Amino acid sequence: MLPQRLKCWLGKRGWTLHPHQVDMLRHAAEPALLLVAPTGGGKTLAGFLPTLSELTEAPEDGLHTLYVSPLKALAADIKRNLSTPIAEAGLPIRVEDRTGDTPATAKRRQRADPPHILLTTPESLALLLSYEDAPRIFRGLRRVIVDEIHALAESKRGDQLMLALARLQALCPGLRRVGLSATVEDPAAIGRFLTAHPTPCRIVTADPGPDPDIAMLPLPTPPPWAGGGGRHAIPQVLEAIRAHKTTLIFHNTRAQAEIFFHHLWLANDDGLPIGIHHGSLAREQRQRVEAAMVDGTLRAIVCTGSLDLGIDWGDVDLVIQIGAPKNVKRLVQRIGRANHRYNAPSKARLVPANRFEVVECQAALAAVRDHDLDGDPRGPGPRDVLCQHILIVACSGPFDAGALFSEITRAGPYADLTRAAFDACLEFCATGGYALRAYDRWQRLQQRPDGQWQLRDPRAARQIRMNIGTIQDTDTLKVRLKNNRGGRPLGEVEEAFAATLTPGDTFLIGGQTVRYEGLREMVVEVTRREGRKPKIATFMGTKFATSTQLSARILRMFDSGDWSALPDHTADWLRLQQELSTLPRADRLLIESFPHDGRAHTCIYGFAGRNAMQTLGLLITARMEAMGLAPMGFVASDYAVLIWGLDPLTDPGPLFDGTDLRASFETWLAGNAVMKRTFKASAVIAGLIDRQSPGQRKNGRQATFSSDILYDTLRKYDPDHLLLQITREEARRGLVDFGRIEEMIARTKGRFDHRTLPRLTPLAAPLLLEVGKVPVQGAAQERLLAEEAARLLSSAGMAP
Amino acid sequence: MNDFVFPFHGARLAARGSGALWWAEAGLLVVSDLHLGKSARMARRAGALLPPYDSRDTLARLEAELDATGARRVLCLGDSFDDLKAARGLEADMRDWLLRLSAGRDWIWIEGNHDPGPVDLPGTHLAALQEGALSFRHIATAVRGEISGHYHPKLRLPLRGSTLSRPCFLVDADRIILPAFGTYTGGLCTTDPALDGLMLAEALAIVTGHSAQAVPMPRGRSTPRQRHHA
Repeated sequence: MLPQRLKCWLGKRGWTLHPHQVDMLRHAAEPALLLVAPTGGGKTLAGFLPTLSELTEAPEDGLHTLYVSPLKALAADIKRNLSTPIAEAGLPIRVEDRTGDTPATAKRRQRADPPHILLTTPESLALLLSYEDAPRIFRGLRRVIVDEIHALAESKRGDQLMLALARLQALCPGLRRVGLSATVEDPAAIGRFLTAHPTPCRIVTADPGPDPDIAMLPLPTPPPWAGGGGRHAIPQVLEAIRAHKTTLIFHNTRAQAEIFFHHLWLANDDGLPIGIHHGSLAREQRQRVEAAMVDGTLRAIVCTGSLDLGIDWGDVDLVIQIGAPKNVKRLVQRIGRANHRYNAPSKARLVPANRFEVVECQAALAAVRDHDLDGDPRGPGPRDVLCQHILIVACSGPFDAGALFSEITRAGPYADLTRAAFDACLEFCATGGYALRAYDRWQRLQQRPDGQWQLRDPRAARQIRMNIGTIQDTDTLKVRLKNNRGGRPLGEVEEAFAATLTPGDTFLIGGQTVRYEGLREMVVEVTRREGRKPKIATFMGTKFATSTQLSARILRMFDSGDWSALPDHTADWLRLQQELSTLPRADRLLIESFPHDGRAHTCIYGFAGRNAMQTLGLLITARMEAMGLAPMGFVASDYAVLIWGLDPLTDPGPLFDGTDLRASFETWLAGNAVMKRTFKASAVIAGLIDRQSPGQRKNGRQATFSSDILYDTLRKYDPDHLLLQITREEARRGLVDFGRIEEMIARTKGRFDHRTLPRLTPLAAPLLLEVGKVPVQGAAQERLLAEEAARLLSSAGMAP
Repeated sequence: MNDFVFPFHGARLAARGSGALWWAEAGLLVVSDLHLGKSARMARRAGALLPPYDSRDTLARLEAELDATGARRVLCLGDSFDDLKAARGLEADMRDWLLRLSAGRDWIWIEGNHDPGPVDLPGTHLAALQEGALSFRHIATAVRGEISGHYHPKLRLPLRGSTLSRPCFLVDADRIILPAFGTYTGGLCTTDPALDGLMLAEALAIVTGHSAQAVPMPRGRSTPRQRHHA
């Protein structure tokens, strides 16, 4: 099956192919082929073997294989890995990568003379497809390999990629697609995502290897009642690092990783080499840590999801997860990082950061043992991505609407798109799609006499290309060490966080404490400040919500009454709750009302995940305000929302009527900041407003548009506009996550247990210690502003 | 809506939460930088197809201010139109609306850098207006007792973990700078050197919103303007 030269090379290396690698060669002619294999199973080689083999047997000029990965770093790494067999076996193959980091001259040369294998990202591919010479660049393309497709399939980047593949397929009808996936709960769904609809996708499944060695990290003391830091476990974590070669320590948020790293370092008396890696660090910083890992000079890396994907570091023999994993599938993938030997069990230890997470970690352990992975079906491809795709196609040249429609419906996520929905997107791209037809003279896309659509002004292509991509940038500011010449970049912080800093404040970034000196041309300037107690850097990052399946497992565990797997301190806590109130159940909603600290409290155990519980808090407090209960604030966790106010809740019935809840959701859309952020993201993707680069903001005197105002204006004058439809659809998942509230309503069917109690209950107590308390909006912000104004005026010596 | 009322060169002025300035004794309502026709100009110039409802929203808010104050005189402090083409190209229903608002009122258009020439709408067209001790023009000069627009000041204020970003008036002993009244008109941060160097050290920022609130003007790194005593 393999050409002689490759066989020899493998033989020289003493390598034999894994069965799934042989299968990938055997089925290389399939139009769509998906490999599901655990981390470290030689996935990438399996993907590339057919390419190497075909190009060795029948060398030809031009692009043969396109490799797409979600990470730029992965493209560079694969290039290095492929160059070894190509050089050693003397194969006539040229490999190049093309990402946002590739110099412009190299990019131009690649367009004129494409390599045999091009390694790229979804965004760079979309950009390539927007050029008029795309048909020439991709002429002769045979295979496309999509790496980490399980991650792409969960995001708009994947939807954009599948639209790009539909376009490529139209340019190269014989194109074969290969997907490389980690272990997932529903490989067939990934297959449907990958294939050119309706061609079936063949799935090759690698031996999943032995079950992982996974358990809780034994600790002498119970975890604290609330919080997410895991600081209590630092001595045992250090001990584990000492006992292993290389340890990855995963955290759920960047802020937690920073704090943990800070304290780990303070306790690191042996001076073990330990690094930190997360998405807010400067590229140079991350690359240094990555290089040190490859060299094997680091004993541990404190990290976040930034190391979920990507390069396999062979020497990792322990993974520690700090905080509840929130999602079983991600936990399994993280565990797979400890793959120092293929076919040896991966070793992982969990550290619950607080008392409730003990329960969640235990449920996750059971799920891993049962191979019960979680995943939410994603629904049809989002229309903001489709709008961007239509604009990209228009950049590459005139198109026929009917032909483009049928091309798009061959992309898995858009297989069920209706012509009417497509036409609405086209209309949006052409005229803005407003009820008031104001732009007939200034359309962005115009229909020519022959019926083809094209850009009215070809110069618009430049702007469309600059806005390609679906990754949401939060507004972040660069952080630099202050010195005479620019200073070394350390990373980024959120603009909102930077706005709270005053000179002299200290915060953590990249494991060091720095002092805020000032803001200069949208760069946060800092100096080094050792040993001071830092304020905490807040990063947007992603706040994961506990998955539906994991929440259901926790409720089942409550219900079973069998808590033998739990440590005594946690089981006792649950028993006390059962005695004083009751435990939450899957088929009923538990609502507790009790006085505490002079205020009426209500705790709702919805188990719908952090984002949905936050939304529920906003909704319920709005309704409580309407009922005159004077709510003052709330705090949400993955399993409950705790509300406090002036008057006690006596009858929760009217609050939880499903129809009413849905209706008030619609009203509530009006002023919510999360909705506005959701709108902004879609407005940028769909091409209504430009993506803002920091440079633009610096000199953008007045051109910076407040997307909030556009949102308010549309709601007022054009409530059925496409972008508002998209915003509502997006609100079903993501930060608003209304879909999970609906799931909670369906699960409890209006049955609830309302317990009125004399005091705070054991299960509600930790919520009081949670951070992220939300004041009830409305009059609240004006009141805060008035207070702040009075304070500022008097401290400035002026009478308010 | 609560106003912030303050004395200024012998007049009692009210900064309104809407961003308009109300001089009750003179029956005069001042608004600045309406930028009517902005979305149309954006489409024409940059190809951005923003929701084309900004002019009607601006006029609706202006009408509400006229109703609330009962103003007999209206002064638009320049950049009333995004450019002259926008003034000429204003949709017929928007033009009719403006005519209706101006009926029975004394309407003064001050010229701005976006709309320098005369506009073919009723009212008086002036480069600047002197009214007692107060002078009104589009861009601030060194004159004391001056009320201007042009810079669209806005402020950013940290409020217990979140940041408030809103248009604001800037007021010191010598001058007042109005926020933009136009719906789509963005703002320039008070910390920008252009504004920072223009205002005295004790300048106030009056935040627009449900009610007008005064705070010390958030400053940047420039040296505040010094008063030169003659």
